[in-house]
Amino acid sequence: MSNQGGVQYSKIAEIKGPLVIVDGVDNAAFDELVEIETTEGEKRLGKVLEVGNGKAVVQVFEGTTGLSVSGTNAKFVGKVMEMPVSEQVLGRVFDGLGRAKDGLPEPVADSFLDINGAPMNPEQREYPKDFIQTGVSVIDGMLTLVRGQKLPIFSGSGMSHNILAAQIARQAAIIGTDDSFAVVFAAIGVQYSEAEYFKRSLEESGALKRSVLFLNLADDPAIERIITPRVALTVAEYLAYDLGMHVLVILTDMTNYAEALREISAAREEVPGRKGYPGYLYTDLSTIYERAGRLKGKKGSVTQVPILTMPSDDITHPIPDLTGYITEGQLVLGRDLFRQGVYPPINILMSLSRIMKDGIGEGSTRADHQEISNQNYDAYSRAQEVRALAGIVGKAGLTPVDLNYMNFGDEFEKKFLSQAIDEDRTIEETLGLQWNCVSKLPKNELTKVKDKYVEQYYKE
Amino acid sequence: MVAQGKIVWISGPAVKADGMADAKMYETVSVGESKLIGEVIRLTGDVAFIQVYESTSGLKPGEPVVGTGNPLSVFLGPGIIGQIYDGIQRPLKDLAAKSGSFIGRGITTTPVDMTKEYHFSPTVAVGDEVEAGNIIGIVPESSLIEHKILVPPDHKGGKITKIVSEGDYNLDVEIATVEKDGESSPLMMWHKWPVRQPRPYLKRYDPTVPLLTGQRVIDTFFPLAKGGTGSIPGAFGTGKTVTLHQIAKWADSQVVVYIGCGERGNEMTEVLVEFPELKDPRTGKPLMDRTVLVANTSNMPVAAREASIYTGVTIAEYYRDMGYDVVLVADSTSRWAEALREMSGRLEEMPAEEGYPSYLASRLAEFYERAGRVQAKGSPERDGSVSLVGAVSPSGGDFTEPVTTHTMRFIKTFWALDASLAYSRHYPSINWMNSYSGYLADIAKWWSENISKDWLDIRSQTYGILQREDTLKEIVKLLGPEALPDEEKLILEVARMVKIGILQQNSFDDVDTYCSPEKQFKLMKLQVDFYNKGQQALKDGASLADIRSMNVISLLLKARMDVKDDEMDKLDKIGNDMEEQFKSVTGVKVQN
Repeated sequence: MSNQGGVQYSKIAEIKGPLVIVDGVDNAAFDELVEIETTEGEKRLGKVLEVGNGKAVVQVFEGTTGLSVSGTNAKFVGKVMEMPVSEQVLGRVFDGLGRAKDGLPEPVADSFLDINGAPMNPEQREYPKDFIQTGVSVIDGMLTLVRGQKLPIFSGSGMSHNILAAQIARQAAIIGTDDSFAVVFAAIGVQYSEAEYFKRSLEESGALKRSVLFLNLADDPAIERIITPRVALTVAEYLAYDLGMHVLVILTDMTNYAEALREISAAREEVPGRKGYPGYLYTDLSTIYERAGRLKGKKGSVTQVPILTMPSDDITHPIPDLTGYITEGQLVLGRDLFRQGVYPPINILMSLSRIMKDGIGEGSTRADHQEISNQNYDAYSRAQEVRALAGIVGKAGLTPVDLNYMNFGDEFEKKFLSQAIDEDRTIEETLGLQWNCVSKLPKNELTKVKDKYVEQYYKE
Repeated sequence: MVAQGKIVWISGPAVKADGMADAKMYETVSVGESKLIGEVIRLTGDVAFIQVYESTSGLKPGEPVVGTGNPLSVFLGPGIIGQIYDGIQRPLKDLAAKSGSFIGRGITTTPVDMTKEYHFSPTVAVGDEVEAGNIIGIVPESSLIEHKILVPPDHKGGKITKIVSEGDYNLDVEIATVEKDGESSPLMMWHKWPVRQPRPYLKRYDPTVPLLTGQRVIDTFFPLAKGGTGSIPGAFGTGKTVTLHQIAKWADSQVVVYIGCGERGNEMTEVLVEFPELKDPRTGKPLMDRTVLVANTSNMPVAAREASIYTGVTIAEYYRDMGYDVVLVADSTSRWAEALREMSGRLEEMPAEEGYPSYLASRLAEFYERAGRVQAKGSPERDGSVSLVGAVSPSGGDFTEPVTTHTMRFIKTFWALDASLAYSRHYPSINWMNSYSGYLADIAKWWSENISKDWLDIRSQTYGILQREDTLKEIVKLLGPEALPDEEKLILEVARMVKIGILQQNSFDDVDTYCSPEKQFKLMKLQVDFYNKGQQALKDGASLADIRSMNVISLLLKARMDVKDDEMDKLDKIGNDMEEQFKSVTGVKVQN
């Protein structure tokens, strides 16, 4: 360790994948921020993953390409990584590590916050129960999003998840006169065009000035992706709990995040869990997703819509699997519906919103909401069975009731599920469409709704 | 002599410290300047390997590690009921008072308020001989729980030389003094017990009493006995947590310990919001007055998650020792197993399947063996039970993964959740073909004595219909339903009715959420009657179409929601209607 101008620099002993091993360390802390300086004077950031016996294992966010063992110095900064925050972050664009990327100067900070956050005390949480109208029928009607919820979109490559996320962000943002709404968008290893689409979409709706964008694009360093969702959520928490805003956080694509994590784990030669992902993937993902919520005595909320692409559309893959165990439901996009040109192609049977029941009903949406939604689920599931059967025995082998269910299925997909990407439906329209669908069935098939609602809303 | 060492290495929740030759295995230690709480899990020479129950961010090599001399223990005394603890029994309310909405580090608290006064009534007098496990007094703890003050199970007993008179005392007061062999020792209203050591009991009984949960598919088809073990595995979205909440709400036990082990924060909040408002169907008192929550959510430190299971089960055993029936619900044991895996990985142990340590199976066995219906130690004579229900979150919904397969070896009731049922919104999505209960024969006697002597017979007839349907479904898939003869179509029809009218249960419906044993039996009996009468009617020449269009069917299907537990006569009326309608369908045909 050498001493230059009061700051302690250490020599690099080994470089291995995204990691550098620093020698002669006697005063580094676990999780501490590290500045790596090359002979050319270039600075990179990293953090301590393991420290002891005079050595520190440091993960370099910008990658180790171009680093050499001789001439490279590591400086231990004496604090964990922090994100400067203030109201001025609104309307700004940052890179994946939270540095200004829009050519403007860094915003003046009101405070500096640890990007890892701290676990919310479950006792201090406020149970989420405020309905968010997204204007997307299938979400509002059957998979309701609630303030403080984490509801991911499980997609596959090439499907319309970003269009859907942008629509949610636009339409949820402009509801009523609620001007304390903000959008935090974190692009994690996505293509330039996708990030640009999202940005333009916010711009056109006028929501950009209420948004904060963090962009780690496909050609940006992979290890930086570990940090991107964390800086984004740190800003979101600040906006929500310090400034009292309702923040919608969109994280896309969490698959790239998990892959970056796997890369580090492999470099550390850890015992892998499933498919080479580290055994702590669940715990690690939870430190991101659990940062959604509401707090007692605080006005704002953090609602998360993470997006992930399921490798080969496989929902049992560790990334969607572990995500589903943490998040409060999931919106699953179906390849079949997508191929048929249905937008949004949400497969409702595989999708779920866990806290929907508390956000809907009398006083919030409408008293029959839960029941009509259950009936549509039930009927659509029957319709799918009937369709499968018709594929084998032909329509002739079906009973008249079965045929009713076929009609229901068509009505459901064409009139209720499908909508335009700029179509913003009210909750009343959505519920009306749901009743239109079940009205294709004979009355006595409606076992999930109370008779009084059938009398009131069923269309003969 | 307490160990005093220094940190030499840190990686996440794992810390190595040297100079720890005096440390004992599983001793709790204070780690670093900020006094984080840790536990020794391996000793090599004078190097101790410590799992730290709090975030180690910012910790440095060279910081001190100090032993406490004690293994990780829980505090057992009045004031536990109604609390919400983290994995190492720190009240989350106190943590919030000290560090706000987010959980800080290095906070020490007491598990209960030591200054609160409880009304103590002694049940022994000076001169009485007491031994370990004896009840020496009673304290009202909540509207539902009378807290029995016990002589600690490891106490050597003796003669009471002093005991306070009835009155209000706080927990710092020495309430009695016991003398044995000239040595006197104080007794408090509380004691501590190491979490990894099962509490002793006198003898163990066979589980013969059902644990009634008010959930039809559980109580009727795959019952759990008091003192039994059950496991509920299921992929995400299959309704594990809702089912566990239902058990915690409606089980007919006196105490419920709910462990949120590595799960969602909002779910614990839901319990906290809901339970104080819900009333116990048997006593009308708030459910929170019998509930203890242990919450170590997924983003809280992983080592404390490992401890949370033991903290919970030790509290459960303590109330069992007072003579109560206790249900412990652990959501989810998979996250606990993952915590084991993570620590094992940091210890660089040789992994077994999927990276889990080789001792996963033995740890699971040890945990589930802490269930049981027992006679507690000491006098007066009393029986209590701990029933254990563990959720399993198999990765990818695959029941062949290590945690599920090992768990199945140590439990007797298996509720297999089925994603395809959940997708079609059949809740609870317990698959009736893959689930089983090893207690059916043991508890049939209870049903026959308390509800109806026909119970077992009616249950097997109902289950038989479901089994027949399962085979017929294969044929239908190939040939369509029209290929079947009418008798078999009727089986399909009744199976559908059983699924909608009995197996499905809406937890969010005010009436349907809890179903009394009488109602469970009567609903089932009606369906079996319908089936038998239907088959007879077909033989007598009635047409299937006529049977299908009987309006009693929709009454049967909605009875679970329309008929309250105190309106059993309505079910009898449905039975009479059914009789009439069958008469008319066969009657019409006979005239032709």
